[in-house]
Amino acid sequence: MSLNEEVELLRNIPLFKNIEPSKLKLLAFTSERLVFQAGQDLCVEGDMGDAAYIIIGGTADVMIQTDDGPKTVTQVGQNDVVGEIAILCDVPRTATVRAVSEVTALRISKDLFFRMVTEFPQMAVEIMRKLATDLQRTTGQLSRALGRAGG
Amino acid sequence: MEKSVFKYILRYSARQQVWLMIVSAASFPFLYLFYELPKNIINNAIIASPERFPVELFGVEFGHIQYLLTLCIGFLILVIINQGFKYYINVYKGLTGERMLRRLRYDLFARVLRFPLPTFRNMSQGEIIPMITQEVEPLGGFVGDAYSLPAFQGGQLLVILAFLFVQNPIMAAAAVSLYPLQVYIIPKLQSKVNKLGKERVRLVRKLSERIGESVQGAQEVHVHDTSNRERSDFGNRLGDIFDVRYQIYRKKFVIKFINNFIQQLGPFFFYSLGGYLVITGGLDIGTLMAAIAAHKDLAAPWKELLRYYQMMEDSRIKYEQVIVQFQPAGMRDADYQMKEPDTIAPLTGEMSLSNLTMLDDQDVAVVDGVNATLELDKSIAIVGGGGSGRESIAMLLARLLDPNKGRISIGGNDISSFPEAITGRRMSYIGQGGHVFSGSLGDNLFYGLKHRPISDNPDEKLVKQHKARASEAKASGNSEDDYFAQWIDYDAAGADGPESLTREGLRVLKMVGLDEEVYQFGLRGAIDPVDKPEVAEAILRARTALREHAKGPGMADLIETFDRDKYNANATVAENLVFGNTVGDAFDMDKISEHPYVLSILEKSNLTHDFVQMGHQVAATMVELFADLPADHEFFQQFSFISSEYLPEYQAILNRSDRDNLDQLSEEDRAQLLALPFLIIPARHRLGLIDESFQARILQARAMFSLEMPDDLRASVEFYQSDNYISAANLQDNILFGKIAYGQAEAAASIGSLISDVIQEENLYDIVVEVGFGFDVGVGGARLTTAQRQKLVLARSIIKRPDVLILSEATAALDASVEAAIMKNILDEYAGRSVIWALQHPELAKSFDHVIVMSGGEIAEQGTYAQLKESGKALPQLIDAHAAS
Repeated sequence: MSLNEEVELLRNIPLFKNIEPSKLKLLAFTSERLVFQAGQDLCVEGDMGDAAYIIIGGTADVMIQTDDGPKTVTQVGQNDVVGEIAILCDVPRTATVRAVSEVTALRISKDLFFRMVTEFPQMAVEIMRKLATDLQRTTGQLSRALGRAGG
Repeated sequence: MEKSVFKYILRYSARQQVWLMIVSAASFPFLYLFYELPKNIINNAIIASPERFPVELFGVEFGHIQYLLTLCIGFLILVIINQGFKYYINVYKGLTGERMLRRLRYDLFARVLRFPLPTFRNMSQGEIIPMITQEVEPLGGFVGDAYSLPAFQGGQLLVILAFLFVQNPIMAAAAVSLYPLQVYIIPKLQSKVNKLGKERVRLVRKLSERIGESVQGAQEVHVHDTSNRERSDFGNRLGDIFDVRYQIYRKKFVIKFINNFIQQLGPFFFYSLGGYLVITGGLDIGTLMAAIAAHKDLAAPWKELLRYYQMMEDSRIKYEQVIVQFQPAGMRDADYQMKEPDTIAPLTGEMSLSNLTMLDDQDVAVVDGVNATLELDKSIAIVGGGGSGRESIAMLLARLLDPNKGRISIGGNDISSFPEAITGRRMSYIGQGGHVFSGSLGDNLFYGLKHRPISDNPDEKLVKQHKARASEAKASGNSEDDYFAQWIDYDAAGADGPESLTREGLRVLKMVGLDEEVYQFGLRGAIDPVDKPEVAEAILRARTALREHAKGPGMADLIETFDRDKYNANATVAENLVFGNTVGDAFDMDKISEHPYVLSILEKSNLTHDFVQMGHQVAATMVELFADLPADHEFFQQFSFISSEYLPEYQAILNRSDRDNLDQLSEEDRAQLLALPFLIIPARHRLGLIDESFQARILQARAMFSLEMPDDLRASVEFYQSDNYISAANLQDNILFGKIAYGQAEAAASIGSLISDVIQEENLYDIVVEVGFGFDVGVGGARLTTAQRQKLVLARSIIKRPDVLILSEATAALDASVEAAIMKNILDEYAGRSVIWALQHPELAKSFDHVIVMSGGEIAEQGTYAQLKESGKALPQLIDAHAAS
């Protein structure tokens, strides 16, 4: 896959949809494309994160450690971004992401990520939007869960 | 050492000095003949009346012309004889001087090795180095002249003087009448110069000390922005030296002035006083003329003597000033290091300390009347707070310091009577910061096994060279040990040869936790396959084995092996074209696009146009990507093909060209574009430019590149061939023989473990470690980390298997967990032998058989750890204090 194809892919990702193509090209060029075999981990819960991944192909399980052993909470696939929380907030990885099939991902190092965010405010806004949406959804889920527990 | 330079010279070269005088004396008759003969040629041959011929010489009759020619040939022979003498005398003088200089330097250095350690607190290497190197240098020139010159010039002077006195005592007296004045005044002036000379030497020493300080403290200078201060300090010192030197010049020329003035006073008196006497009839003209001529004859030797006097004074001062620095109080005898005892018995039994006392610089007792008995089959910890004397006592026990009072004895023998051959082999000491010498890691590890040469070097050429040089070394009193001999004492390490020593080295490195790092050094180290064919072969086996392994599941994509018939997508275009390791500097991979041979190959493969075109595309992409970024943006360094300073240049090239008519570009522009494609790694850069047909053409060019390589370049590239060891590459790259693939998660780690698997399977671990022993540690071990240096120093002491191992905070630089592990290993190794360990952390004493608690230079209490912790006072206090801090 060449750079131009990667740029096309990136444009379909909501996080980058408002960013001009030439910047996406720079992002693609300066990030590393990695192939994970099925069973390899993109990130491991509890580790300190040093990169975020944009999944270009394949699917991966997002798992968290519970008292009953590891539990898959969701699946991610093409166009999903994983691992950005740990590098944004400097906290350990909140979940393990394990490739189910062969996964191709763009690895954006912490440095690169921050540089991109400071360089291109549109991206920061996009990330805020995504995080806010996530937060709203999680809050909704929580209140429903609390409602259920209370009722 | 001899107090005066003359005594030193006489002691070591009396015979040469006498020989010099004899030879010089022997040369005199010929010199006399040489001056005499021309007069003879003119008077007796050229202007002689023909009637006198034939003449008889040595019983043979000569005609006029024959006679002239015979005398001329005689003259020529005398020229050769005289020059021969001169040559011989000068060379002999040089030889004598050089030997003496060699001896002096050697003596000084040997003395440095015997200095008591505290001396080095007040004497820096910055001072010592110039003394041994340049300050004594002029002495070499003086030695040859020291006795012979005054003897001969003085002799000549006396002969001429005697001759004059015989002819006319009054005039002779007149000719030398002013000498007493010179003899009186000149030394007076010279003494001032001498004083300044001493000052100059002192200042220059301080200057070199200062340079040493600045070099060592370079980091601090940067940290604190004090370069101005450093420069000013240095400039100020140079100013001091300038003042002194300038004064010396002025004084020197004043001496010259006065000297010449007095010299010319002679003629003044002859002309004035003598003239007056001649006119008034008190003196006849002939006598006056003779006196003037005599004075002139005397001038040459007299001048030489004065010059000699100045040179002598200079040498005398230099010698005295150097010597005085090389006899510090408490210096050990030469025998202490030179004596080799017949047998060296192991140190066993007890070590007893009686009334052991040591004072520091300010006469404060740091060890104060200590009495103790240490059993040499136990591990002993010495603990105590700062200033308790625990470190000093460790150094005293190791005989690195000498006590001011009291004694230490082992088995009834005072250890101060032990030569270094015993203390240095049967004991060892490791302090906080042991020194690591420049050289290889192995040199350092086995340093403590090299006490004296054991057997000749297997290389006979080196043995011969040593033998050829031995007599000269002896003549200069230098060491006669062969430096290139085999010095390593395998027995001492419990080994019987190089291989078992490597194993032993590895065992000890494991003990101190340095084995893995040395193994890594080995992997990244290179060998010469001609030197070590068996290693190269083993590595090639590993290469084959690795390739088999790499076929396994999940591994296939991790390495892209070098294959002459395949394009390597994880290598640059340049690497794909050259397809080998460059040797020497005929090919510079960074400037490969400028190499005429490379360009000719491109041209022949019809690739030039494609390269320019591709370069154009790369440049366009780079400009698109990076043009908006500020010039100092890190991306340039990390990712761009074009550094920020050249980006505008490429932008300009792009502006004045378009893809379809690149041929119209100037040569320079084309060259600029041509350079870019060489840098592309398709798997990494994903620019989509290197398609299959391009790859196929590069493969053709690759074949042509090696096939048509001109002879003079042939040695500059080692081509990748699966059954060839690449000497320019390190072990790891030789095993790998390919590129680690980009874009495979954790490829490097997987391959690293794959390589170590292969090395285990093929039993190459020892070989790799041995290559690791060859790792160059840099100046003072600078290429090692502090922890690595400390571990190496520990290993160096352990491998020589001393009976008594003394450590003083030797592991303080290491992490607590590492420290504990190493301590356990060492204590296990030394079970039943003596370990004496001065500890900073009192809790660590728990693992020792016996604990001594020091306080204020005295033993506060001693016993087992459990006893002292239970019923002692000082140890619990110390532990509490340590925990609180």
